[in-house]
Amino acid sequence: MPNRYTHTAISLHWLIALLIFAAFPLGVYMHDLPLSPDKLRLYSYHKWIGVTIFMLAIIRLVWRATHRPPPLPANMPKWERFAAESVHHLLYALLFLIPLSGWLMSSAKGFQTVWFGVLPLPDLLGKNKELGDLLQKVHELLNFSLLGLVLGHAGAALKHHFIRHDTILERMLPFLRRNS
Amino acid sequence: MRIILLALSCLLSQPALAANYSTLVPQQSSVTFVSTQMGVPVEGEFRKFNATITLDPDHPERGTARINIDLASIDTGNQEANEEVVKPLWFDAAAHPVASFTSTAVKPLGQGRYAAFGKLTIKGKTLDTQAVFNIEKQPGQLLLPGSFKLKRLDYAIGSGIWSDTSAVADEVQIRFRFVVAKP
Ligand code: HEM
Ligand code: HEM
Repeated sequence: MPNRYTHTAISLHWLIALLIFAAFPLGVYMHDLPLSPDKLRLYSYHKWIGVTIFMLAIIRLVWRATHRPPPLPANMPKWERFAAESVHHLLYALLFLIPLSGWLMSSAKGFQTVWFGVLPLPDLLGKNKELGDLLQKVHELLNFSLLGLVLGHAGAALKHHFIRHDTILERMLPFLRRNS
Repeated sequence: MRIILLALSCLLSQPALAANYSTLVPQQSSVTFVSTQMGVPVEGEFRKFNATITLDPDHPERGTARINIDLASIDTGNQEANEEVVKPLWFDAAAHPVASFTSTAVKPLGQGRYAAFGKLTIKGKTLDTQAVFNIEKQPGQLLLPGSFKLKRLDYAIGSGIWSDTSAVADEVQIRFRFVVAKP
């Protein structure tokens, strides 16, 4: 088994990461803007990016179900393996739960999500103000969990590269390939 | 004696008048609207309005309507938007608290549909409007569902930055559902 993620896995990982680095600050920024046409526009862009992440996450999960990730180095302590795998599972879960909570929140607030203004997502919930406000809190909470996890996740990856000098980061990078 | 006869004749002529439905049933009536924001239809509602409608289902063309809508009673479904749309750029509800419609004619369109022509006044501006509605007979009352479209910029509703129709479309659909009972 090659000790690297496939091109598909690497592309999906970084494409999704990039979109999250766009959707997250956009979400925080737009929320605080006074109501204006630009605010409406940014809300729509945020939702479109979020739904795109949701779709990519589905493809990614299919990839994951049909491929095994490269094995972790044999000398890695048990608790580290466990921590890494737990964080990965949680990140996968959030890749679905965050867009899902956003989609449901929009439905409950009476504002349907129409992907890129073209593809309407069905409203799974009826208009309900209390539920909409609750889902907004849920969306926010999930997002700040994501922030914490990604910081830990990226920190661990950097530690592997710069302190441990192992290949963990490289095998998820499209460049920096060392002969192994 | 004359007075009694007069009263009697009034009473006797009552059935002709009784064909008119003219008492609004507010709990069953509604005025809602659909705006388009970023291409997405969004529903809202006016919670306070009054309507003086007289309609004889056998002679709908004699019907009249005067409808007043309390603009500050708007519920867009979003608190921030509710606060925004009463401001001067939108309804300027402090200066023009009421939108009103006064009918000038009612014409049958066939298949139970009718057109009500009239004057619509919003934000100090009056324009000719035409609404299409149905007459549905129910025991003791009439259900009058209908709608019309207006271009918000014709009335300067949402001017300034909001005249950008790619964010909020110019066309807004107003839907009403009036229930009138016999007096
Ligand atoms: C992985 C994808 C997503 C990320 C990372 C994300 C992130 C965020 C963040 C950080 C906020 C600000 C939270 C706050 O401070 O209150 C936010 C707000 C929001 N998100 Fe998302 N989001 C995503 C997907 C979605 C989707 C798919 C939708 C809808 C279809 C959506 C709808 C919203 C809405 C409507 C708000 C604003 C709530 C408000 O303040 O009124 N999000 N999002
Ligand atoms: C929003 C951002 C991110 C998300 C949602 C995310 C998610 C994930 C997930 C779910 C995996 C597990 C893949 C699998 O084995 O199936 C993974 C692996 C990985 N991620 Fe991220 N990631 C993000 C950002 C980053 C960043 C910023 C870095 C680097 C600084 C990074 C480095 C890695 C590496 C090196 C792996 C492979 C770990 C291994 O070999 O077991 N990720 N990521």
